[in-house]
Amino acid sequence: MTDQAVEPEVGRARLRKEDARLITGQSNWTDNISVTGLLHLAFLRSPMAHARIERLDVSPALERPGVIAAFTGRDLADGLGSLPCAWPVTEDMVLPDHPPLALDEVRHAGDPVAVVVARDRYAAADALEAIEVDYEPLPPVLDLEEALAEGAPLVHADKGTNRAYVWPLRTGEDYESVRQRADVVVRRRYLQQRLIPNAMEPRAVAVAPLAASGEYTMYSTTQIPHILRIMLSVVTGVPEHKLRVIAPDVGGGFGSKLQVYGEEAVALAVARKLGRPVKWTESRSEGYLATHHGRGMIQDIELAATREGRLLGLKVDLLADMGAYLMLVTPGIPILGAFMYPAIYKMDAYEFNCTGVFTTRTPTDAYRGAGRPEATYAIERAMDELAAEVGLDPVEVRRRNWIRHEEFPYTTIAGLTYDSGNYEAATDKALALFGYDDLRAEQRERDERGDAVRLGIGVSTYTEMCGLAPSRVLRDLRYSAGGWEAASIRMLPTGKVEVVTGTSPHGQGHVTSWSQIASDVLGVPFEDIEVLHGDTQAAPQGMDTYGSRSLVVGGSAVHRAAEKVVEKARKVAAHLLEASEDDLEFKGGVFSVKGSPEARRTIQEVAFETFTSHDVPDGMEPTLNAEHLNDPENFSYPHGTHLCAVEVDTETGQTRIRSYVCVDDVGRVINPMIVEGQVHGGLAQGIAQALYEEAVYDAEGNLVSGTMADYLVPSAADLPEFVTDRTETPAASNPLGVKGVGEAGTIASTPAVVNAVVDALRPLGVHDVRMPCTPERVWEAVRSAQAGQKKEASA
Amino acid sequence: MTHISVTVDGTAYEDDVEPRLLLVHYLRDRLGLTGTPIGCDTSNCGACTVELDGASVKSCTVLAVQADGCEVTTVQGLARDGEWTPLQRAFHERHALQCGYCTPGMIMAARDLLRENPRPSSDEVRKALEGNLCRCTGYQNIVRAVLAVAEETSASERQSAQGQSAQEVTA
Repeated sequence: MTDQAVEPEVGRARLRKEDARLITGQSNWTDNISVTGLLHLAFLRSPMAHARIERLDVSPALERPGVIAAFTGRDLADGLGSLPCAWPVTEDMVLPDHPPLALDEVRHAGDPVAVVVARDRYAAADALEAIEVDYEPLPPVLDLEEALAEGAPLVHADKGTNRAYVWPLRTGEDYESVRQRADVVVRRRYLQQRLIPNAMEPRAVAVAPLAASGEYTMYSTTQIPHILRIMLSVVTGVPEHKLRVIAPDVGGGFGSKLQVYGEEAVALAVARKLGRPVKWTESRSEGYLATHHGRGMIQDIELAATREGRLLGLKVDLLADMGAYLMLVTPGIPILGAFMYPAIYKMDAYEFNCTGVFTTRTPTDAYRGAGRPEATYAIERAMDELAAEVGLDPVEVRRRNWIRHEEFPYTTIAGLTYDSGNYEAATDKALALFGYDDLRAEQRERDERGDAVRLGIGVSTYTEMCGLAPSRVLRDLRYSAGGWEAASIRMLPTGKVEVVTGTSPHGQGHVTSWSQIASDVLGVPFEDIEVLHGDTQAAPQGMDTYGSRSLVVGGSAVHRAAEKVVEKARKVAAHLLEASEDDLEFKGGVFSVKGSPEARRTIQEVAFETFTSHDVPDGMEPTLNAEHLNDPENFSYPHGTHLCAVEVDTETGQTRIRSYVCVDDVGRVINPMIVEGQVHGGLAQGIAQALYEEAVYDAEGNLVSGTMADYLVPSAADLPEFVTDRTETPAASNPLGVKGVGEAGTIASTPAVVNAVVDALRPLGVHDVRMPCTPERVWEAVRSAQAGQKKEASA
Repeated sequence: MTHISVTVDGTAYEDDVEPRLLLVHYLRDRLGLTGTPIGCDTSNCGACTVELDGASVKSCTVLAVQADGCEVTTVQGLARDGEWTPLQRAFHERHALQCGYCTPGMIMAARDLLRENPRPSSDEVRKALEGNLCRCTGYQNIVRAVLAVAEETSASERQSAQGQSAQEVTA
């Protein structure tokens, strides 16, 4: 028996177990699924933003070659209910029906009205054009403020209003009286443009029925196989225990696959009706209409402060674009943001108000950060405006207001208790890496000589609430489910290990990181561990992957389950070694008796002994398995400081990112390589919102940026090299000390970049540029500021 | 139906196809070579990039009939006897993939780049991969991986050139 000196895995940049099949083309995407007799679905979608369906006849499609069936919503209505919304944020929230296939009215361009079932995808697509529909156009509802006006056309006429809900929060002192005693009041309006998530893998779903026994296996490009199973069973009436949902390899999600989609429900209903396997894969352009969007808000933010730049109060008024329907967590997205507007700052009063508004556009829902990027953007932009107003450096104004490291744990004005953090340390490190003072000096020098290409410096000191979520908090927020996560661990007779997780990775590398966590606790080599996930049969319990929760909640569950395995193994080892449990040491996978190191058993030996069960303690079950369901006691609060330098050409409006530095504190790090990768990707998406991306609609409600050729997902050539670093303040609320990293980069980077753009132009009289800061918008901002200054001068 | 003969990853195929059938659908649906994924319908994303007679193409913008008489190489044809190519290794070692959906196309496009420009600068790599979108990595590690392969290749070439000139001297 050799010594098992297992080096600690946590903290190592382990190369990923996931990669081998992905780089050799052996991955298992949903669209790859093929079974004998597979039929293909195609959806006919509304070409209009809002219309009444006067007539709908699918029968001509049946004449087309290769077409097996075609259905309207009415044909499937028996056993196809309304799509779910799991987050009724207020008691009186307006919750319209959301039929998976529109019945009488279409409410956004892309709303599906019929489905064709054919032998192959080409035949299905061809047959769509044979379907006859007469639409009676209705007025589109696009402007959030006009939608709330008296007499506005209604998205859901039966509801009598476009107002989905009003959600207020008032904490601390009365804001109005705090405002009275303020020296400075900064009031700004920011527009959060709609974004299209653009996971690289388009959505797809395949359903294979075992008609005789009424069992169904669904493969879906989903982040949430477990939630999907429960919800689809409610929507379709297929009993939960007869439905198995598999998320095979999933090609990115960013929130867009955190959904219960109509196509999934229809695929299940059609498979049930025909008793045959079916598959649907969206085209990218179809996805732009049919996959939920993100952001879409008007933010009115007001800061009340002293002339020294000390915050007294904060008031936020949101109009949030719900789109045409309330999908899985649509109404809750801006509410997640509600707690994040106060960010890392101390103040005496906070007033928040959010109005959810229906429009005739694709529904919005979670997109990377989900409410928190919007909040962070508004507060971090406004802090820069405050700095300008009181004549302070933007970093200094933050220092004067943030929670100091010795003040943790700190309960914020919004009621969250931040367990740990060190904003000073992260900021100091970032400033040094960035060369802040030198860049400011260069900026002054170039400003003085009137350089037409202006240097701008932007900062953002963010925090976020991650690790969703303590179940009781979710109850208080009226969310319909809990926020726990499950893990189970099986020691196999040969000493290998299966870790079963309820998280559902789609690029995050859980298989690798969870192996590292389990390896350290069990003392079993990394290579001997397999992680099972994303299949409700293999991993029956879970709350899935979103909201930077997987490591914090699910990774901690793996850690705890592994501890339970060791606890049980200790009993067996003590029995085998004829020692008391208290006399056993466990290190590197070996139990040994204190003081007599030759008396030892490896955990693998214990696993085998437990399997044979020839000599285990009386009454012990013959398994070395354990499970743990972890309900977190608090959120986690990653934070960091991001700095961006831009070169803005005032003659062309072109913005170029010259350098980008971020120092993130995501707590203890399991795998630094994976963490860095998550930060890079997050930055890219946040920068994309700042500079490139926007879902644009015309006055009739057509999506103008309706293909990947019209919507600017940045390429390698559009993005800079990032300098990333970390500080490490362990989270106090979980055994691993981890905080989550999936959304940090996206949350922090958008305001850092726009702050930099505005900083470059501020001496010209510019105090805002609407996102995305395209050359046209930058040029226009410069031009109108100059025109304004001329006017002032001549007046 | 049109008759085509295509060699894909070293295997010769004869098929009758609809003239409108896209090469990527031929690969995926007819040959079952699902290693090449589809990411868009406007040839912007590059996920479906393959090699057609040695040059990279987006297989969603090529008809199967255009591949008649050609040799196609997909990501599935790169590794030999389980031995990965330098780019595949570099993508793994530099964490140049997360979800991995863009990876086959990215690797094929990077091969093309290194053939044309064996010692690219970081900016040249970024420009050359402009037609391949990735939503996960922010591209930084993809660029690192490609540069690492260029570096390795030129180092080994230098070595073998040195070996050669040493041989010449002794000869």
